[in-house]
Amino acid sequence: MAFQLLTRALRSRPDQILSSPSAFSAVRAFSSAPITATLFPGDGIGPEIAEAVKQIFREAEVPIEWEEHYVGTEVDPRTQSFLTWESLESVRRNRVGLKGPMATPIGKGHRSLNLTLRKELNLYANVRPCYSLPGYKTLYDDVNLITIRENTEGEYSGLEHQVVRGVVESLKIITRQASLRVAEYAFHYAKAHGRERVSAIHKANIMQKTDGLFLKCCREVAEKYPEITYEEVVIDNCCMMLVKNPALFDVLVMPNLYGDIISDLCAGLIGGLGLTPSCNIGEGGIALAEAVHGSAPDIAGKNLANPTALLLSGVSMLRHLELHDKADRIQKAVLDTIAEGKYRTADLGGKSTTSDFTKAICDHL
Amino acid sequence: MLEQMAKRSVPLLKQLLSSSAAASSSCSSRFTSHRSVTYMPRPGDGSPRAVTLIPGDGIGPLVTGAVEQVMEAMHAPVYFERYDVHGDMPKVPQEVIDSIKKNKVCLKGGLATPMGGGVSSLNVQLRKQLDLYASLVNCFNLPGLPTRHENVDIVVIRENTEGEYAGLEHEVVPGVVESLKVITKFCSERIAKYAFEYAYLNNRRKVTAVHKANIMKLADGLFLESCREVATKYPGIKYNEIIVDNCCMQLVSKPEQFDVMVTPNLYGNLVANTAAGIAGGTGVMPGGNVGADHAVFEQGASAGNVGNEKVTEQKKANPVALLLSSAMMLRHLQFPSFADRLETAVKHVIFEGKHRTKDLGGNSTTQEVVDAVIAALD
Repeated sequence: MAFQLLTRALRSRPDQILSSPSAFSAVRAFSSAPITATLFPGDGIGPEIAEAVKQIFREAEVPIEWEEHYVGTEVDPRTQSFLTWESLESVRRNRVGLKGPMATPIGKGHRSLNLTLRKELNLYANVRPCYSLPGYKTLYDDVNLITIRENTEGEYSGLEHQVVRGVVESLKIITRQASLRVAEYAFHYAKAHGRERVSAIHKANIMQKTDGLFLKCCREVAEKYPEITYEEVVIDNCCMMLVKNPALFDVLVMPNLYGDIISDLCAGLIGGLGLTPSCNIGEGGIALAEAVHGSAPDIAGKNLANPTALLLSGVSMLRHLELHDKADRIQKAVLDTIAEGKYRTADLGGKSTTSDFTKAICDHL
Repeated sequence: MLEQMAKRSVPLLKQLLSSSAAASSSCSSRFTSHRSVTYMPRPGDGSPRAVTLIPGDGIGPLVTGAVEQVMEAMHAPVYFERYDVHGDMPKVPQEVIDSIKKNKVCLKGGLATPMGGGVSSLNVQLRKQLDLYASLVNCFNLPGLPTRHENVDIVVIRENTEGEYAGLEHEVVPGVVESLKVITKFCSERIAKYAFEYAYLNNRRKVTAVHKANIMKLADGLFLESCREVATKYPGIKYNEIIVDNCCMQLVSKPEQFDVMVTPNLYGNLVANTAAGIAGGTGVMPGGNVGADHAVFEQGASAGNVGNEKVTEQKKANPVALLLSSAMMLRHLQFPSFADRLETAVKHVIFEGKHRTKDLGGNSTTQEVVDAVIAALD
């Protein structure tokens, strides 16, 4: 019964995943000229699943031209990392991108790849829609929520120092500007997708000034959207309610650390990182969709990888570009293939190869 | 993966069903503890011990009242010195601290913390003043209480004094606020030692350290270093490390892989509440805070329940968590037989399923559950 309700809900709300009305992105007219998008296949299983995505998008006749960029083998002095300046310029120019899993090479003298992307493109919000996939059964069937996480500051500012031997301090920074920005995006997203409730997650009873500032900003933005219910939930309460009854939540907006933990918790509820789409929103309407799972070097090149996460992230990128009907078609094909159960990759409990799975999705289109 | 889980749980389910299908008299005998003379007290150990009692706010008075009733029914050698403390007081009154220092053991309901205002949490103050550096929550499946996850038996040991809860915040310029997270080797070492000692004394096989050292390299790195050092001194206990976001993901999919978990302050709060949620809810998980000299027992993972007015008015708070915590307290006071009797009675009431409060899916009031527990005491 829950399954039918869910499929009905998913079908009736085509703009479920992600869309970005004019206030946040350049309006894309429905032109027949192809849109250029940057593609970072990444490492490990990245190239195979990127290939799968390209194949499916081609079958669905999506008007996108991919500009592929790879992680370099030496540090580019202009960006201080393995990502070249050209790659970053390409994303800035195209305004949309899709990123596969990247393994950060170990060593000194360069910044981590994710950090580079985040800082250079000013990606301030990470949006992760989590909904139970019909047909892939986990212990939770009724998950349908979006987590929006502030991506630039908070506990992940990287400002640590050793005071004296054996005593370390780590700074958590919360600014009004960043909190307002992410709160604005959260409410705007909720309104654009017909979501009714936004919950701010915090620990302001203990961290009164920092999370207190975050809450103040959320309250200010909430006043501008009177039709959306706004509530505040303490994070430990939130964790407990999520594992007992995830249907209680709708849109969650959180600072950096809590967002990291809660979004991974929600991914765990629906089946893991191999199935979760994710999208990073930057200033000026840049959207970089990415697959958040690892690069899985042990199965790289063996045609065993599951492209679902990258595919669904690609779908969210299409919605950002307002190509809703294409997005719906591809999403439906993916969900139908998984629901059918005949072609599933190893991590979902099946035995198909990547190419079989891809072909099954193409057939479902 | 799911088929394997199902195959593993089928014999367990069969066993549970068959044993419950048997006559109820045999059911109660399953829970009766053997009356063998194993605990040899010193002469005079049976004289009543004083325990400080802080009812607190919200549901606190209800559930501590429940404990008092049950203790009296059992004629336990414990008497309570009650003190009134409320969450909006500026600090914990000195007489309460003195009483706890004299008695060494305290039982606490919950203290509500006002949000965002200038008052710091009294719970945190109490822990810091008495240096209760370890917080312990035991999350386990109760037989007879259906949950989504099986085979959960996790103990979360959380550093209780520093970390993100150091309370050191300041506004740099208007609109920019900084909060300091402090990690010291001293505190990390003693919590790691406590965790391994706990595992050793309670026959636990594995200790898992929860951290985020890939991002907070110095702070959580120091915590991990201390854990690794202590781990080398306990070669019989397995030690591994897990990043906190992966940990939460694993908790909701495969919780049976965790045994004892040791964490810094904030992650411990989240992990404890998540583990409590998957095993039946915060209404039934016991826990406490312990330091070198004192111990304060309270509801294990007390997320949000204290302020719930509707539950308080209708007197439907769940006393099970505090009852099980008071059983832990009785063991701590070296009254193991009383502790066993109390736990057996509580588990029997849960198993029967006739008297359950709202958070467990039933409709009873606190008093009804207490009466059932008293009736089940032997």
